Amino acid sequence: MGSLFRSEEVCLAQLFLQSASAYSCVSELGERGLLEFRDLNPKVSAFQRRFVGEVRRCEEMEKTFTFLQQELRDAGRVLAPCPDNPRAPLAREALRVQEQSEQLAQELREVSRNRASLRGRLRDLRQYLHVLREGRRFTSLPASLGSPPRSRALSEREPLLDPSLHQHLDRKINFVAGVIHPWRVSAFERLLWRACRGYLVASFVEMPEPMEDPTTGESITWVIFVISYWGEQIGQKIRKISDCFHCHVYPYPESEATREDTMSGLHSQIQDLSVVLEETEQYLAQVLDKVVLALPTWRVQVQKMKAIYLILNQCSFDVTEKCLIAEVWCPVRDLTQVQDALRQGSYKSGSSVECFVQRIPTSESPPTLIRTNKFTAGFQSIVDAYGVASYQEVNPAPYAIITFPFIFAIMFGDVGHGLLMFLFALWMVLYEDRPSLRQASNEIWLTFFEGRYLILLMGAFSIYTGFIYNECFSKATAIFPSAWSVAAMANRSSWSSDYLATHPFLTLDPNVTGVFQGPYPFGIDPIWSLATNHLNFLNSFKMKMSVVLGIVHMGFGVVLGIFNHVHFRQWHRLVLEFLPEMIFLLALFGYLVFLIFFKWIKFTAANSLVAPSILIHFIDMFLFTSNADNLPLYQGQVPVQTALVVLALASVPVLLLGTPLHLWCRQRSLRSSPATPVAAREQEPLLEGQEAGNSVNATKEDVESRGHGPDAKARDTAAAGSGGRLQHSDLAEIFMHQAIHTIEYCLGCVSNTASYLRLWALSLAHAQLSEVLWTMVMRNGFVRLSYVGGVVLVPVFAAFAVLTVAILLVMEGLSAFLHALRLHWVEFQNKFYVGAGYKLCPFTFTPDPWE
Amino acid sequence: AMAYGGLTVPLIVMSVFWGMVGGVLPWLVPKGPNRGVINTMLVTCAVCCYLFWLIAILAQLNPLFGPQLSNETIWYLKYDWP
Repeated sequence: MGSLFRSEEVCLAQLFLQSASAYSCVSELGERGLLEFRDLNPKVSAFQRRFVGEVRRCEEMEKTFTFLQQELRDAGRVLAPCPDNPRAPLAREALRVQEQSEQLAQELREVSRNRASLRGRLRDLRQYLHVLREGRRFTSLPASLGSPPRSRALSEREPLLDPSLHQHLDRKINFVAGVIHPWRVSAFERLLWRACRGYLVASFVEMPEPMEDPTTGESITWVIFVISYWGEQIGQKIRKISDCFHCHVYPYPESEATREDTMSGLHSQIQDLSVVLEETEQYLAQVLDKVVLALPTWRVQVQKMKAIYLILNQCSFDVTEKCLIAEVWCPVRDLTQVQDALRQGSYKSGSSVECFVQRIPTSESPPTLIRTNKFTAGFQSIVDAYGVASYQEVNPAPYAIITFPFIFAIMFGDVGHGLLMFLFALWMVLYEDRPSLRQASNEIWLTFFEGRYLILLMGAFSIYTGFIYNECFSKATAIFPSAWSVAAMANRSSWSSDYLATHPFLTLDPNVTGVFQGPYPFGIDPIWSLATNHLNFLNSFKMKMSVVLGIVHMGFGVVLGIFNHVHFRQWHRLVLEFLPEMIFLLALFGYLVFLIFFKWIKFTAANSLVAPSILIHFIDMFLFTSNADNLPLYQGQVPVQTALVVLALASVPVLLLGTPLHLWCRQRSLRSSPATPVAAREQEPLLEGQEAGNSVNATKEDVESRGHGPDAKARDTAAAGSGGRLQHSDLAEIFMHQAIHTIEYCLGCVSNTASYLRLWALSLAHAQLSEVLWTMVMRNGFVRLSYVGGVVLVPVFAAFAVLTVAILLVMEGLSAFLHALRLHWVEFQNKFYVGAGYKLCPFTFTPDPWE
Repeated sequence: AMAYGGLTVPLIVMSVFWGMVGGVLPWLVPKGPNRGVINTMLVTCAVCCYLFWLIAILAQLNPLFGPQLSNETIWYLKYDWP
């Protein structure tokens, strides 16, 4: 039997690890992912733990890796995920990784710095070159080609200035040349003019090519300016103003020849620098290549190392300081594997003494482990979403594999829609190994993909219920010929054409021979989809169906409780809880199911006028009255019903008082006879240690028996008087708890039965929506019979398809899914499920996803 | 076989079919770790589907009233359906 029916056996174990081989043992265990480690040092802060130094070292390495990754990203390189699965490195290897990574980071930093400074220098040189080249225009006679000069009002009379012309002026003309950000040009000009009052001539021209701004990194078209002025003070003012505006000022030689020399010098410098820069870039690329090769593996290795040290921090050292002790939750089935892993770890670390594992007894409740495969995982997850199963209690998942899609399909029944859903899920299942499907980033898609088997079954069952409801995109199919004969009715009642013309609606009468020929063999007769009173029939059918299926589902839930009682050897609960619960359910609601089936079989169209109402009978049953107009269904109905109600009412006090009284008697016998064998106490259920507060089904007795375990012996030897006071308060709690359980069960039976009527409500809604979509959208495409009609059909069908998918598949599908989930979680699981457990989270190395 | 209209033939056919699914197929499932789950699925499926079909056919066994049709439908069905 698979372990899907209840949790596997999980035991508490102690690992004894030699200090030398502890690291490699934990590494082995992490690779296999078998155990959950418990923290033995919960009160110790993170900074005081044993291996905090190693953890810190790992974190430093991770910091280096982050820096390297950042550099890679800046350079536009993409880091591939780690191809193989490297193991956690031993100490020597880890040191090597640390050294290499730090060396690489250092190199990278240096090279980047070099490159940045080289670039800056190159930029300066080029700017200078441009300044000289463009400035030549203003300061020499032949006008050069290029962008037109942009001189403004202050130099409108003479943009070109030739120092030789002003030679006769007794002033020496000086130049300030530089480069300024284009946005600051107008402010610069204005300030210059106001400050120097026209004792200068400023010319501005844009640089022919854009260049990078060192601070922001964006490419800007700088503006070159050449200011010619005379007077020393003016010069100082100009220089100060240029400083304020963050201009790069370059020395502007006066004579033409010097300018030419400087320019050629600049040319050669720029060439040299470009060559050096290229070589630097190549070297940088080489370093980055090395990083790309090594970084993924390092990252995984260091992650594993850090995880192992965090686990080792949770262990405690024994007295001799040579051995680490770890406490783990281990599935019993895997104990041999654990031993094998420990042996391998010891061997790998080269130590001669073997580490070993030892099982220890515990009174705590172990975590739940239910192994699933890719098919059952989806169903287990919807059960776990409500509550993880308590240790070793019955797991509702294997039954939910079928009942959940079935209940969904009752609310969704339509062949066409079911087929679409089935095909969609089939596509997902057949291509489930494609990484594009599996690793998409869209969360909604991932949710649908995780539930692909769920949707597959839901679609398949919807096709089946669609055939039974006889609905395919709201149209009925006549696979078998219909059982209702219009011809027979027309002939017998002489419906001539004139008669028909005057009567727009006529009803077929099943009493007339030949009209009704028998039940349709598979599903609902197709004539009902043509009838105007089809809802009268369908509502009655679907309501009764919902009630019957609901009571069967709930009865199944109560029966599942038997497995719990048997497994935990609480035999008294079989008699004192299961039996009264079942009697209550069957006597009242099982009888209702019987009435429904009986009326279907016994009453025909012949006595349709006097057919009794089940609802009135049911209400009268509870009120012990009778209605004269409502004929009995069978002879002797009233005494039978009275007996059933009395039986049901009698089972309530049994349910209410049975278990508490039994426990009370047992405690009294324990107190009075201290020589009770220990064996009886060891049969205490494994439900100890759970919080009983959040579930109706975990009785107070489960919490009570926790007290029996460890200190039962002590209680025996202690005075009976002191023990008696303790019992009293516990007993009151037990009674209270059982009272709550009883009330919730009995009232729940009634309300939950009514709750199952949502199966009728949602299937009605689906059918009506479907019909509306057909009559109001698709049918309009068939109105015109010409070729034009054929063209009109295409957009009409498009609208029909979009609305079908959006409203009927997605919206109704989600709605039916939700209600089916609610019926399972509340109405079904209320009858037996506790769900107060916690999952086993084994220590395993999960790959860190790249962002 | 009966003329159209009995409960017997469909009842026998469906009972045999779902009986096979729920009662015979579980024995034929090969032994493996999933045998328990597969058998549970087969039995649950058989019970659910059979019950659903049974409810549908029993609800139509003895109809207490008939369908009300529009006169256009009656005109058409008088000649189209047997």
